[in-house]
Amino acid sequence: MSQPLAISLFSGTDDKLNAAAVLVAGAAALGRPVHVFLQYWALDAFRSDRIEADHGLAPEAGHEGRAAVDRLRSNGQASWAETLRQAKTIGAVDIEACSLSMDLLELDPSDLDPLVDGVEGVAAFWMQADDGQVVFI
Amino acid sequence: MTLLITHRLDARGLACPMPIVKSAQAIAGLVSGELLEVLATDPGSTKDFAAWARATGHELVEQSTPDDGVYRFVLRRK
Repeated sequence: MSQPLAISLFSGTDDKLNAAAVLVAGAAALGRPVHVFLQYWALDAFRSDRIEADHGLAPEAGHEGRAAVDRLRSNGQASWAETLRQAKTIGAVDIEACSLSMDLLELDPSDLDPLVDGVEGVAAFWMQADDGQVVFI
Repeated sequence: MTLLITHRLDARGLACPMPIVKSAQAIAGLVSGELLEVLATDPGSTKDFAAWARATGHELVEQSTPDDGVYRFVLRRK
């Protein structure tokens, strides 16, 4: 099972980042190459000075959702950043920053966490996606 | 025949996808034919370990679900 998986990761809240990290780790475990393209608020969450910060939850989470997420974390669930780090140890996981989003957020590659492998444009993203699945989160 | 299990992984209490991620890390350290026993409490693990074994080629030799909610899997490294 080696069909590549490409994820356009746009959202910057912890719930959506975690959902993406779970998909990445699962695909990596199954031997599928994974290519993650960080756009907009997702890229902002990968800044090294705030990757471990609280990035909030999507509005639909509400108070009950907040409590549920906090309960999982206090039970030892790994952060999305840690899940991605672990995913990189078991498979081919390439995480690239969208160059437009780098301009938008006025970021330099040195501002980003080491999880981010590089900066690329959209043409490079589509080339790597090839004929595999593309997921937008 | 009793299986000779030489490697064990306690993934109890870990949420999806960590039981599979930790198992992938652990089995990478085995030589072909060696057995890894995994204990997990994630309710998705029965279907996950079957899918993971099918995709990777490692053999799921045994799986059991005791009454205490702990799932046990024995995998043979391909």
